[in-house]
Amino acid sequence: MHIEIDEIAKTFGSTTALQPVSLAIPSGALVALLGPSGSGKTTLLRILGGLEFPTSGRVLFDGQDATGLTVQERRAGFVFQSYALFRHMTVFENIAYGLRARPRRSRPPHAEIERRVTKLLELIQLPQIADRYPSQLSGGQRQRVALARALAIEPRMLLLDEPFGALDARVRKELRQGLREIHDTTGLTTVFVTHDQDEAMELADLVVVMSMGRIEQVGRPQDIRARPATPFVREFIEA
Amino acid sequence: MFDGSPEDHIPVPAARTSAWRPVTQESPLVRAVLIAVALGGLAILVVAPLIVVFAEALAKGAGEALRSLAKPEALSAIRLTLIVAAITVPLNAIFGIAAAWTITKFDFRGKAFLITLIDLPFSISPVVAGLALVLLFGTNSLIGGWLVAQNFPIIFALPGIVLASIFVTFPFVARELIPVMIEQGRAEEEAALTLGASGWRVFLTVTLPNIKWALLYGVLLCNARAMGEFGAVAVVSGKIRGQTATMPITIEMMYNEYFSVAAFSLATVLALLGLLTLALKTLLEWRHADQLAATRRH
Repeated sequence: MHIEIDEIAKTFGSTTALQPVSLAIPSGALVALLGPSGSGKTTLLRILGGLEFPTSGRVLFDGQDATGLTVQERRAGFVFQSYALFRHMTVFENIAYGLRARPRRSRPPHAEIERRVTKLLELIQLPQIADRYPSQLSGGQRQRVALARALAIEPRMLLLDEPFGALDARVRKELRQGLREIHDTTGLTTVFVTHDQDEAMELADLVVVMSMGRIEQVGRPQDIRARPATPFVREFIEA
Repeated sequence: MFDGSPEDHIPVPAARTSAWRPVTQESPLVRAVLIAVALGGLAILVVAPLIVVFAEALAKGAGEALRSLAKPEALSAIRLTLIVAAITVPLNAIFGIAAAWTITKFDFRGKAFLITLIDLPFSISPVVAGLALVLLFGTNSLIGGWLVAQNFPIIFALPGIVLASIFVTFPFVARELIPVMIEQGRAEEEAALTLGASGWRVFLTVTLPNIKWALLYGVLLCNARAMGEFGAVAVVSGKIRGQTATMPITIEMMYNEYFSVAAFSLATVLALLGLLTLALKTLLEWRHADQLAATRRH
């Protein structure tokens, strides 16, 4: 799905989280929102997912105005920073949640839900863990379960907030590859937030560098490396 | 002058052979004293009074105690107290959940003030609360006069007792829930919303299961206090024997009239009702221990 952000601004009381920013995300792209904390990248992601509403500006999905759509209507697969798995549910119930939450007429029958959850567990390469609780999983496993749960609703796009932030360096490398593969298999337009420039440069097709609620530069990783548009970008990617 | 090498100034104590124990453990003497103080305090303040109450109730035999409980005055007090608790506790559970939800899941102006307001019943004497209800709903007030004319009196009747109990026990559920809900944050609810769940479904399938233990604990505290409340209820009930006298009030009246077996028998029943809720909680925790461990923080 093609996403267009048109002059989106967001203020919380007297603090400005986002200056008016505009950005076009081509269908099927893997995009990184890169910047230090307080740069507005998470706010922008949450606006795309419908968890925040912009103070002004519009969001367009495939050319249609989606600004007023509720979080449920957006159908965005969202992976939270600390994964936010439902701690009182098993992995199976976590992944099945979105399917079971559908209105009765579009809810798949029980056998179909089971088939889809099994398939997703295979996709994240954790077929054995359906009956475990989140507290019994490692950090990397939790991240993959969160990804499977987001994919279960057949989302129109995938949004990830610091998906590798809580993991140690080795697992992080592995899971980067995992996200890339899942993106390539599903073909979903994917946006992830990160403060780690290596991660953004290695994984993304398109990197959006942000600072102080503004977009500093948008480009392919190699172009940003070769031609940083502002002193901030040069400093940030060299750090 | 300070020369930058603090090692020169701090004397290193000689190693003592008696210090071979974990750093967090006190010496045997200190441990013994602390345990003695704790157990002694528990015995004098909790166990002894309970035993005395039971002993006084059975002073003239179990038959006499049971006969005193079968009297209409005692039966009516037990029934009234149970009715009041049955109305107060569910209402305060709903109010408590609503207040805790509002405070922890939304940001708004005056939040700190609302938290203070919830604590108000803890800082105001129940007697004052009772008097305020009498002034507001008594026969001489505008609202009270009208309600009496409609044949629905509040003061010296069941509604007044329920209102007083609700006021006094208002903070219990909210106080238990707020810290738990703050600690759990909003992420799980947000995740459920992005998965397409409606607000009501999110509450039932995500929020409620996460807070159920805190809610149960708050409800039990609320129940114990609602059954035991004396001051506020004494003011609004008018202490009409067999009609508006709850268990604590009946106990006091019996005791003042030297019906000591009757007073302590009823006191025993009240204490047992409290112990019953405690036992219920322990049983639930024991039966769901594995689930309880799983729902704790990751």
